[in-house]
Amino acid sequence: DPARKTEVVLLACGSFNPITNMHLRLFELARDYLHETGKYKVIKGIISPVGDAYKKKGLISANHRVTMAKLATKNSDWVEVDDWESCQSEWLETLKVLRYHHQKLLSADVTNSLQDAVPLTKLGRKRKQEPNRHDPIKKKNQGPDVKSVPQVKLLCGSDMLESFGIPNLWKLEDITEIVEKHGLVCISRAGNNVQKFIYESDILWKHKNNIHLVEEWIPNDISSTKIRRALRRGQSIRYLVPEEVRAYIERRRLYSAESEARNAGAALAPLQGTAAAP
Amino acid sequence: VRMKSRIPVILLACGSFNPTTNMHLRLFELARDHLHQTGQYQVIEGIMSPVNDNYGKKGLVSARHRIAMAKLALETSDWIRVDPWESEQETWTETVKVLRHHYNESLRVLQSEEKFMKNKHPKEGSTGDSLSCQHAVLPELKLLCGADFLQTFKTPNLWKEEDIKEIVEKFGLVCVSRAGSDPSQYIKESELLTKFQHNIFLVKEWIQNEISATQIRSALCRGWSVKYLLPDSVISYIAHHNIYTEESERKNEGALLQPLKLHNTAINPLND
Repeated sequence: DPARKTEVVLLACGSFNPITNMHLRLFELARDYLHETGKYKVIKGIISPVGDAYKKKGLISANHRVTMAKLATKNSDWVEVDDWESCQSEWLETLKVLRYHHQKLLSADVTNSLQDAVPLTKLGRKRKQEPNRHDPIKKKNQGPDVKSVPQVKLLCGSDMLESFGIPNLWKLEDITEIVEKHGLVCISRAGNNVQKFIYESDILWKHKNNIHLVEEWIPNDISSTKIRRALRRGQSIRYLVPEEVRAYIERRRLYSAESEARNAGAALAPLQGTAAAP
Repeated sequence: VRMKSRIPVILLACGSFNPTTNMHLRLFELARDHLHQTGQYQVIEGIMSPVNDNYGKKGLVSARHRIAMAKLALETSDWIRVDPWESEQETWTETVKVLRHHYNESLRVLQSEEKFMKNKHPKEGSTGDSLSCQHAVLPELKLLCGADFLQTFKTPNLWKEEDIKEIVEKFGLVCVSRAGSDPSQYIKESELLTKFQHNIFLVKEWIQNEISATQIRSALCRGWSVKYLLPDSVISYIAHHNIYTEESERKNEGALLQPLKLHNTAINPLND
């Protein structure tokens, strides 16, 4: 009974430096998995590239990373790119991004009462006006008794989940709210340690029903780090990233030893304690 | 090393390509990068040669479709093409014969280009120009494969010993394997391969991306997404023609592969 399924939006946060076929696969795997449970209907996928203020080593300008992600999702009918996070002048905790998108989703539920519900202002840059950029998601086929509120779930690989354990990288209360109020869809490969990691964490264990573990049936290790390394060495990245992304990178010579040295020596934003005030 | 003194190489990949995946396409890119980095070779062409329907492999769909899908997959490539010769033969053809055919073809092309060049001045920047400088250096044709291919040399009756010898001696192998596997051991275990190891190029794929066509077909049957594992154009083609189904997967079920059928009836030659 389709009216009783929970609607889900999958949100992937990350550097996307650059976006690869592996990132795109995460969405496909997550959607197939959630649909097969019979309990969920995935209505949208969102790629949210991190802002430049994150200060990760080798991170190139958000402009490029957003553009590449858009090129990569041109041929997707359900995954899109949102640049709200990348437009912020200071780094934002993942939880805040989740809350923002959740708020947007809820406000789409309440019939037409709004613009963007979240009054967060973007600092600085002019935006190009594109149609429907931050419009609330339009819902189709909303039955009279749609059972539950749509959810925004964080989509990630096992590395992000396990990064919960890195000292000072995440606030415990953030992790709690992420798994309690939103949920996680975590893609990993066979033989991984994720289940053990969840077992060893009281908070994750408590909310394990809201952590969906999906095993990839094709082991896929196309990390952005490896892509950048190949580019520095003049090696081909064809068929590892969408063709339009490859062409864009090549035309603009985006990645080099110089670009890789960016932010070298800087601390990651979350570790600096310079996050935007709530 | 100047481009002109490099040995021109054509890479030939034989296989089912059922369907063509991003991994198949990657093999070519990896092989080309590797050969270029030796400083001794210039890869001038890549050829995909889908196997004949008569090969008898389980789940093998018609060559017409496999060729069409390969063509779609190669639309964005400026150096790799698909060649239907092998699939158009009356029956299954040994790999060594496919190699010989394409090698002879490349010589024929070279000869006709040289004749052309003799009558005209070479144009600035055309491929004919670089080839005519290299006409003293014949192109080499190498078989491109994965590490599991090397392993199949050991399968009883699948290969004739003299064919393996001709492949590694006269042509050469470019063998791509994933990090963590060590194909050099297969070479060590075989006297023949060891003897010609200078003509076997081992390329390591550090970016793991093993897309098994069998798993792809199974996923398609179950309605799972294969987006970003195959080119979009191939996925559309498969959907449009409904190529992979439970029924197509049962094709040739229980049958012997053609080379095994042939060897069962052949008399084993004595070693020379």
